[in-house]
Amino acid sequence: MAKVSTSNKACMVNPLKMSQPVGGALAFMGVKGCMPLLHGSQGCTSFGLVLFVRHFREAIPLQTTAMSEVATVLGGLENVQQAVLNIANRAKPEIIGICSTGVTETKGDDVDGFIKLIRAKHPELDSIALVYVSTPDFKGAFQDGWAAAVNQMVETLVEPHSESAWRSRKINVLPGCHITPGDIEELREIIESFGLRPHFLPDLSGSLDGHIPEDFTPTTLGGVSVAEIRDMGSALATLAIGEQMRGAAISLEHKTGVPYKLFDRLTGLTATDDLIEYLSHIGGTPVPAKYRRQRSQLVDAMLDGHFHFGGKNVAIGAEPDLLWNIAGFLTEMGCHVTAAVTTTTSPVLESLPVEEVLIGDLEDLEQRAADADLLVTHSHGRQAAERLNIPFFRLGLPTFDRLGAGHLVSVGYRGTRNLIFDIGNLFMAGAHEPEPDSWPVVDESPQSELVQLNGGI
Amino acid sequence: MSNLSNVIQNVFNEPGCNKNQGKSEKERKKGCTKQLQPGAAAGGCAFDGAKIALQPITDVAHLVHGPIACEGNSWDNRGAKSSASRLYRTGFTTDMNEQDIVFGGEKHLYKSIKEIVEKYNPPAVFVYQTCVPAMIGDDIEAVCKSASQKFGKPVIPINSPGFVGPKNLGNKLAGEAILEYVIGTEEPEYTTPYDINIIGEYNLSGELWQVKPLLDELGIRILACISGDARYHEVASSHRARAAMMVCSKAMINIARKMEERYAIPFFEGSFYGVSDMSESLREIARLLVERGAPEELKTRTETVIQREEARAWSRLASYRSRLEGKRVLLITGGVKSWSVVAALQEVGIEIVGTSTKKSTKEDKERIKELMGDNAHMFDDMTPREMYKMLKEARADIMLSGGRSQFVALKAKMPWLDINQERHHAYAGYEGMVDLVHEIDKALSNPVWEQVRRPAPWEIAVAEARRIAC
Repeated sequence: MAKVSTSNKACMVNPLKMSQPVGGALAFMGVKGCMPLLHGSQGCTSFGLVLFVRHFREAIPLQTTAMSEVATVLGGLENVQQAVLNIANRAKPEIIGICSTGVTETKGDDVDGFIKLIRAKHPELDSIALVYVSTPDFKGAFQDGWAAAVNQMVETLVEPHSESAWRSRKINVLPGCHITPGDIEELREIIESFGLRPHFLPDLSGSLDGHIPEDFTPTTLGGVSVAEIRDMGSALATLAIGEQMRGAAISLEHKTGVPYKLFDRLTGLTATDDLIEYLSHIGGTPVPAKYRRQRSQLVDAMLDGHFHFGGKNVAIGAEPDLLWNIAGFLTEMGCHVTAAVTTTTSPVLESLPVEEVLIGDLEDLEQRAADADLLVTHSHGRQAAERLNIPFFRLGLPTFDRLGAGHLVSVGYRGTRNLIFDIGNLFMAGAHEPEPDSWPVVDESPQSELVQLNGGI
Repeated sequence: MSNLSNVIQNVFNEPGCNKNQGKSEKERKKGCTKQLQPGAAAGGCAFDGAKIALQPITDVAHLVHGPIACEGNSWDNRGAKSSASRLYRTGFTTDMNEQDIVFGGEKHLYKSIKEIVEKYNPPAVFVYQTCVPAMIGDDIEAVCKSASQKFGKPVIPINSPGFVGPKNLGNKLAGEAILEYVIGTEEPEYTTPYDINIIGEYNLSGELWQVKPLLDELGIRILACISGDARYHEVASSHRARAAMMVCSKAMINIARKMEERYAIPFFEGSFYGVSDMSESLREIARLLVERGAPEELKTRTETVIQREEARAWSRLASYRSRLEGKRVLLITGGVKSWSVVAALQEVGIEIVGTSTKKSTKEDKERIKELMGDNAHMFDDMTPREMYKMLKEARADIMLSGGRSQFVALKAKMPWLDINQERHHAYAGYEGMVDLVHEIDKALSNPVWEQVRRPAPWEIAVAEARRIAC
């Protein structure tokens, strides 16, 4: 059981957290033919855009209602309407996903009401889906925005389905924002090998996986289609990945009767065993030989790797579900998670294998990481890692100073195996060579320290 | 807020800006950029602009008063380099929550300043206003004033919330803030007849350091660079400079002009990009310093350095001619940088097949015409789709632009080079222009292009079948 506390500083120093609207916008980027739209000042969009460009190294579709000071005070109906019409004309999207921001939430814009008015006035927009989600910057974090946007897509788009209706071998998968495009590809392959057809909502593997499109596209390059979202009710089951997706999974179940199963983690031997067993059960097919082989390879990697992981102290800064996933895996490999900092509340925090988890910033993490053998957080941890002079494993968004952030795979047997190699190699590279004066061991009892200290003076 | 709108009006009415002076009274009130189009806008906000302009001051704590988005989504993402303090790369924000929105964020801001002073003890704290606290009426000027008194150090309000306008306006509002609160508040340890200010240079990728050795050689001292690699004390005592250079664009013209007005520091507008622009800038610096009392011989010494450096640069560039002659460049960038680099590219035989003039002034456009003759294809507002088409149809061999449009080129499988603020290479001065051409050569001659453009074997078969069927 971990003690969950919140940093009591007034000033946040070196933020770990990012805001809800950009999390929501990223969720919309996993839908085909989509243009995400932030209802706020144009800076809200421009910061988000640069953030994603640097992480994914891809063109990012993201627009703004470009609220001016006057428009903010008078209300944003006209700006939302103009933005929707402009996007419809220029980008010809299938769907526009609208996220509110701090400034329009402070004013209290009723965007749902705006959409009704716009719909009534502009029947030519009937073929374009409009989904609005409330994501104030001054509440929650990136992960909450993602979860809210997915939930809203389920609420707005999915068509009700009667319980008794025929169900295909289709599986809905709701990945949390900690699941990379590479992870989604891996999961698709795994699920398909059980004769099941997965539909991911959102599906970043279709849009932000770095493929080269045939022609210039102003909207997202791929992803799950609106039609596929509407038809999610005809699936056998829903897999929710990460606690953050529980809400959307429950909404989907209420609306369509499709039962859900939540996997809070997919990295690690037992976590993957659970997934494979579940897929074999609902698919009614035996576990394919290749997963028996992969499992065996993972077991071998754990045996080879545990020498380097055992007893290591690790400091982690990550959003709740990403933290839960990596902390669980590292603990199973024999590490001690000695510092854990996160961004927002979540039911998983209390169960983390740590003494304390702090909702705080990277300054907090740096202070707690003095004795750590490894720092794990997103690229903004680079300054801290340099000052602490310890190995640094970049995990999470943004990863802007390394290639391939979108293709880091850590789910399943194969993903876990690769993660053991990546992190294990960091431990090996950082290992201290013995020196002539490494022994005898210095007595570290408090009394002798005191003596040494006095002697020093 | 009325106070801020006065400042904005004042900034819009900039006598130093020719473009502005050409407008009617009514047009001028609307400001210096087009009205933003909802759903079709790009670019940063006024807060972003203010932060870009001032964050390069390295020893200051830059505190953003607002919800997490304004700092959390964007901190430590610019390439301004520092020769000493790294405090400017630390992200400070009040991370306003719901309670602040309801009860006001002033106390929260005050406590944040206090923590920063206690923990980091910087020479000054800059407090950036953002949209949400501006809306709920947080008076950052008052908080800064009382914090200044209480903690005995400058706490400077930068009143440039995002929704008042675009990035360019934010640059200017940042300028107003340091004119009002910083410049002239401290004295330099000593002065020399060779002291200059460089205004509007941010030391991105260390570009200032490409120029500084030449100034050092001439005995010219940068009293303050506003704001690249600057320290607070340098900016605060910059009013004792003898002359100033305003670098590129008119982003900080208000600082240059008002310092001339208040402290009689003459300035000229110059650029460090391009060989002849660099020489011209050195000449102007020497001329102004001599005018202000520096010994005449500075001019002769400057000419000697120019001659030596130009000869070296042109000879280094010439070695690229055989490799780059006839290559076609699409140059997409704002303002003054377009024509600054054109001359250097032409020197090695590169042809400019098009350039964007979205942010260029009338003078800029005339210079482009002068340089490129009738072949100058100027695009006022080229859409990404058009750029893509132009590259895909191979009407250009390489695109030079900012990071935002890089994927337009890369997805068309065409070489691309970053020439905007997030770039990793420095292109200033004589060295920089050679580096730029070197980078172009590197990009064009990379063997990946031939491979990535080649269709997969099975696609060749399909195309062949189609051709036969036709």
